[in-house]
Amino acid sequence: MKITGAEIILECLKREGVKHIFGYPGGVVLNIFDMLYDDKDIKLILTRHEQGAVHAADGYARASGKPGVVLVTSGPGATNTVTGIATASMDSVPLVVMSGQVPTLLIGNDAFQEADIVGITRPCTKYNFLVKDVKDLARIMREAFHIATTGRPGPVLIDLPKDVTSGKTEFHWPQKVDIRSYKPTLEGNKWMIAKAAQLITKSTRPVIIAGGGVIISGASKELKEVAQFTNIPVAMTLMGLGAFPGTHKLSLGMPGMHGTYYANKAIQESDLVIAIGMRFDDRVTGKTDAFAPHAKIIHIDIDPTSIRKNVRVDVPVVGDVKRVLTALLKVLKEENKEQWSAVRKKWLKQIDAWKRERPLSYTKSDEVIKPQFVVEKIYELTKGDAIITTEVGQNQMWAAQFYKYDKPRRLLTSGGLGTMGFGFPAAIGAQLAFPDKLVIDIAGDGSIQMNIQELATAVINKLPVKVAILNNRYLGMVRQWQELFFNERYSHSFLHDMFPDFVKVAEAYGAVGLRATKPSEVEPVLKEAFKIKKTVFMDFVVDWKEKVYPMVPAGAPIDQMLFEEPEKKQEKKLRAVK
Amino acid sequence: MRHTISLLVENRFGVLSRVAGLFSGRGYNIESISVGETIDPQISQMTIVTSGDDWVIEQITKQLNKLIDVIKVTDMVELDHVEREMILIKVAPKPEKKVEVLNLTEIFRGRIVDSSEKTYTIEITGDEDKIKAFINLMKPMGIKELVRTGKVAIAREGTKK
Repeated sequence: MKITGAEIILECLKREGVKHIFGYPGGVVLNIFDMLYDDKDIKLILTRHEQGAVHAADGYARASGKPGVVLVTSGPGATNTVTGIATASMDSVPLVVMSGQVPTLLIGNDAFQEADIVGITRPCTKYNFLVKDVKDLARIMREAFHIATTGRPGPVLIDLPKDVTSGKTEFHWPQKVDIRSYKPTLEGNKWMIAKAAQLITKSTRPVIIAGGGVIISGASKELKEVAQFTNIPVAMTLMGLGAFPGTHKLSLGMPGMHGTYYANKAIQESDLVIAIGMRFDDRVTGKTDAFAPHAKIIHIDIDPTSIRKNVRVDVPVVGDVKRVLTALLKVLKEENKEQWSAVRKKWLKQIDAWKRERPLSYTKSDEVIKPQFVVEKIYELTKGDAIITTEVGQNQMWAAQFYKYDKPRRLLTSGGLGTMGFGFPAAIGAQLAFPDKLVIDIAGDGSIQMNIQELATAVINKLPVKVAILNNRYLGMVRQWQELFFNERYSHSFLHDMFPDFVKVAEAYGAVGLRATKPSEVEPVLKEAFKIKKTVFMDFVVDWKEKVYPMVPAGAPIDQMLFEEPEKKQEKKLRAVK
Repeated sequence: MRHTISLLVENRFGVLSRVAGLFSGRGYNIESISVGETIDPQISQMTIVTSGDDWVIEQITKQLNKLIDVIKVTDMVELDHVEREMILIKVAPKPEKKVEVLNLTEIFRGRIVDSSEKTYTIEITGDEDKIKAFINLMKPMGIKELVRTGKVAIAREGTKK
């Protein structure tokens, strides 16, 4: 029996186990939307902007590990997804984005709502397809999910001309996918793993840097085993937070530009860096020539291009983190019988000293709300068990510093692209994946306004997402750079005093709006918000002068850090850095 | 250092753009590129000449391998291989130089493929040095136009370095 392209798409989605799609209709995708109208198995979440749809699908994917699915129309519908796709691409998030396209005969004619979205998204997707014949549709749908979810995951776009979704053909769903030119390496090279084990055995000052790859690979258990067995401290990149328990005594927190003193110190003084599922982003390494100067580097990653892209590597291991760590642990257990704890004693003692010397801190206040205090309170009240999303800027860094993530997939943040406006729609997606969990977007007053229209999506779909706006009236991170590096010339970073009124905005959308202006109001506001089974905006009017510390100026080695201290001293240090 | 990279890719629309986009997006340079179908019509062969230090070339070959449509990447530097390029060159020599042009063409085993009252169009095939030498010899003769195919390369059988 012949069925239409639109029917094939729905059937394929069901066979892939898709329950939710995020999307927005338009002219050329109406064939598919018509099928969704009375479908019982797949629910489409209508967002208020296509960018919101992609971020929501992204948050859904990051929280659940399942691919996020998006459906939008051609032209502006498709181009609006680009930021979302690039965000997912940088952070290796599996997405399948379906965009409508004008009929095949009109392609290239500058037809109404035509955009070459395959061309536009080529550099920010893992792969993309233009379906030219309905006969190829089922195979392409299958391949798209396969490519998005295997190897180093990423977004895949499928462009669907209108005549393809209305055209008819026999439905044939390939059981197996076999792409001859796409075979990710999963097993690590045995010889390299043995070499890595040797280095670990010999090292006296090793440090692990765990990245998002550990979480994607589902290797938290294996990482913990390796770290505990060998007694090696673990730093986690922004994407890696939660890969290893943040409250564990071996945890160093986050390294890099706004990392902890002790993580950066440990890396700079180490004789062996074991990088696992991370890619040496410039925010982690600082000046690459001066990064971990005394260390040999073992780099485990599924993506061969990540290895030796930014830093020299002594032992590269290409493979899936979980499998490599399992193999590595086996070798370590076989080869080395000595007591790791005794070997590490001196090194761990040194690290403890650094931890005591410069813990993460801020100056507390009784008069004005410190943004870090809000994050600490959220941590305290949720007992570290909420799903936290963030926007980008100071809010993101404080959420990374002052909330301890003990489990993977609890911090959803745009690490690579740094997309403002990500956190709120991502929280909506995460809430949909975990309806009973507390999902909190830690936001800034700038970022929240970049996808604030999704309030409608949250309220209408009864998603009780909480948004904690750290409202400092500025684009805080921009302001911080201007204060430190641009002679306090605050060019266009001031957003206006208390504008808009976020409480009223929330209320206008049918959500609940709460405000705290004094430190004593923070806890009651949070408690009330967590009690209400509705979407809540919390407007925390915080100290606008607060800066994120420690800070490594861009391009400096990561142990040249600035700390919160009297103004004059700071200036001197800055000059030295320049 | 200059490298000749040979690629086997799926013969599909958009593949050239993916390969070219990889180079432009990451700031690598393509000195020449030639593309054609292989004996299997589903597979195309690309020959790219590029340059860079070992780090850059390692990244280029890895990034190319990562592209989903790329089946095989070979850096010809690692193999004993034969390289050829063809050029068509139109020269307009002064009457007293015409014989010299013909002689040089003969010496370089080229062919005159077209001639007019004032011009000769010469076809020359060879490796980089030969082509370069011929072009240099023709410069004083008055080159009107020059087109080149870009390099193609093939490994010698059974002679891995």
